[in-house]
Amino acid sequence: MMTLSIKNATKQFGDFTAVDDISLDVAEGQMHGFLGANGAGKTTTFRMALGLLTPTQGEVLWQGRRISYADSPDIGYLPEERGLYPKMKVQDQLVYLARLRRMDKKQAEQGAKDWLERFEVPHYANKKVEELSKGNQQKIQLIASLLHNPKLLILDEPFSGLDPVNVEMLKKAILDFQKQGATIVFSSHRMDHVEELCDDMSILDKGKLVVHGSIREVKRTFGKQNVRIHSDADITTLGELTGVEKFTAQRDGGVFRIADEAVGQYLLARALELGPVRQFALEEPSLEEIFIEKVGRAHV
Amino acid sequence: MYSFWIIFKQAFKTKAMTKSFMITTLVVVASFFLLANLPSIIESFDGDDGSQQTLQVVDETGQYTEALQAQLDQQDSAIQLEASELSEEQLRVDVEAGEMDAFLIIEGADEITARYVAESATESAQAAELENALQSLQTARVAEQLELEETELAQLFAPVEMEREALAESSKSQEELSQARGLVYILIMVIYIAVIYYPNMIAMEVANEKSSRVMEILISSVSPVKHMFAKIAGIGSLGILQMMIFAFAGYLAIQSSGSDLTEGIFSVMGFSEVKFSTFFYAILFFLLGYFLYAVLAALLGSLVSRTEDVQQLMLPMMILIIIASFIAFSGISMPEAGYVTVASYIPFFAPLVMFLRVGLLDIPLWEPLLSIAIMLLTIGILGWFGARVYRGGVLMYGSSQSLKDIRRAIKLGNEK
Repeated sequence: MMTLSIKNATKQFGDFTAVDDISLDVAEGQMHGFLGANGAGKTTTFRMALGLLTPTQGEVLWQGRRISYADSPDIGYLPEERGLYPKMKVQDQLVYLARLRRMDKKQAEQGAKDWLERFEVPHYANKKVEELSKGNQQKIQLIASLLHNPKLLILDEPFSGLDPVNVEMLKKAILDFQKQGATIVFSSHRMDHVEELCDDMSILDKGKLVVHGSIREVKRTFGKQNVRIHSDADITTLGELTGVEKFTAQRDGGVFRIADEAVGQYLLARALELGPVRQFALEEPSLEEIFIEKVGRAHV
Repeated sequence: MYSFWIIFKQAFKTKAMTKSFMITTLVVVASFFLLANLPSIIESFDGDDGSQQTLQVVDETGQYTEALQAQLDQQDSAIQLEASELSEEQLRVDVEAGEMDAFLIIEGADEITARYVAESATESAQAAELENALQSLQTARVAEQLELEETELAQLFAPVEMEREALAESSKSQEELSQARGLVYILIMVIYIAVIYYPNMIAMEVANEKSSRVMEILISSVSPVKHMFAKIAGIGSLGILQMMIFAFAGYLAIQSSGSDLTEGIFSVMGFSEVKFSTFFYAILFFLLGYFLYAVLAALLGSLVSRTEDVQQLMLPMMILIIIASFIAFSGISMPEAGYVTVASYIPFFAPLVMFLRVGLLDIPLWEPLLSIAIMLLTIGILGWFGARVYRGGVLMYGSSQSLKDIRRAIKLGNEK
């Protein structure tokens, strides 16, 4: 069953087209990753999904209907621009925001306590948000987005500005939340996060959807592979062979981008002629490579 | 409705718990007690130098001091006279040296001439009392010389009775008017401060939520219109609570001062014959004025990205309120002036000016009702308009600090 369905959505602000004819489905219980440079239209897409903005053309449906404030209890949102009441205490704030999404007060209080404990910050419950570090504020913000057990969770750059230990903690929490049945859409700067967490992914560029599908499918249809050869001999000359699109030299060998799998075997044969091969591997392209190929520049 | 109450309670609670709110409330309450007890406080200071009430008199003929004292006592004056044994020159030196405030010289056998010598001319209250008493003394002496009867004397000095009667039906009698004036003045002042203070609070709240970026979470949870009106209602209730605290404190303060509201300084304010309707209208116009300006303030607050820009954008609104106050305060002395009547139907001025008119004049009921209807209509239009601006404004970030942004915000709000 398709729970979140974006149909030919276009959003224009005056002459500027922020989102250009995007169609996308996110199935129930799936984790969907959005990649795109700054200004690619991710936040606008999310705001349309949330009903904060109405598409100029097309529509965004949730369970077959347009999202309205009646769906408020079912939806969780972590905006890219972090925002909490700086002077309000953490516990009060979490309970207040959960209650705005119509969660019961007692449940919200207990839930806030549990989540703070899970994120190893129970001692911040009675501190003002402004007294917390950026990373800890981010934890509070994430709790605020999912405390009320939403069915659809939209996270705009959930991991930016966090140290690796906290990124792992948040990743695990988000994965666990998905296992409970939530549908999650998130955007990230980090390809590896998307690769690690998501079932499906999209790449947005200048408002257009350039890549869309399951990660495996995206990689397969990309049609290119990497051949990694480690050799004692100098194999840089192999980079000039026809069939090799790109060669990246490394300390003890190199990586060849090829479009045809047969070229891989040919490369191996030629490398063996030059000397003993220590390692030979046919690798899937990384998302980073796909991104650069599709968007034309590196994802920052 | 559930989330409306949550925002309502939150707005009420967080504002009520702020230090600034508590301190303001305490300071105002304290100043009420201070003001109400001011007469007795001043008296207690005066009590220390009661000895100075004794006035040295250089009486050349030696016959006036006693008579003047008797006259002063009759006038309920506190001045005590004492015939001086010193010469005028010596007394002058004393006054200049600051050892004495003033002294009096009485001369002349047939006609009394007197000089009041003081260090500065500010001792005039005492001088006026003395002049009065001396005048009576002189009159009595002349009457005696002319051998006038007591009754003839009374006839001679019988005051003319003049009463002012106003023919305009709406105007209250002069007596009523002066009584109402003090109270209306105070209540206009209260409404004026309230429609500045509380809507400003709203604008700051909204701008704060926007600048801290918590707004995006809020409006993804609850509709911006609901959010706006819940906030306005919450802070409005806080305003009513604060006003009630002030009214109660004012009442207690006056009680504690031992005055029964009709004496002393209070007699000027016209509390002796207060009409219930004046208070009713005061509350009504406070509420209408508050809602009118609160909606406007929320609209303006939603346009800025930083709290620092709020005051700049609020300026046009403040000017409206200030103009309203000018009309109202100038209208106190001439409530029937044409411009006051016109202004009382202009929604942004009406909360102050129509209240002035219903407070001071006996105008037919349809006039305030019409004005109230106009205000309600304006609040409705502003609410509808404000909600659109607000919906777009809260999503708008950037260096927005001009009213032109209203158009951008509506556009964004419409696209919503």
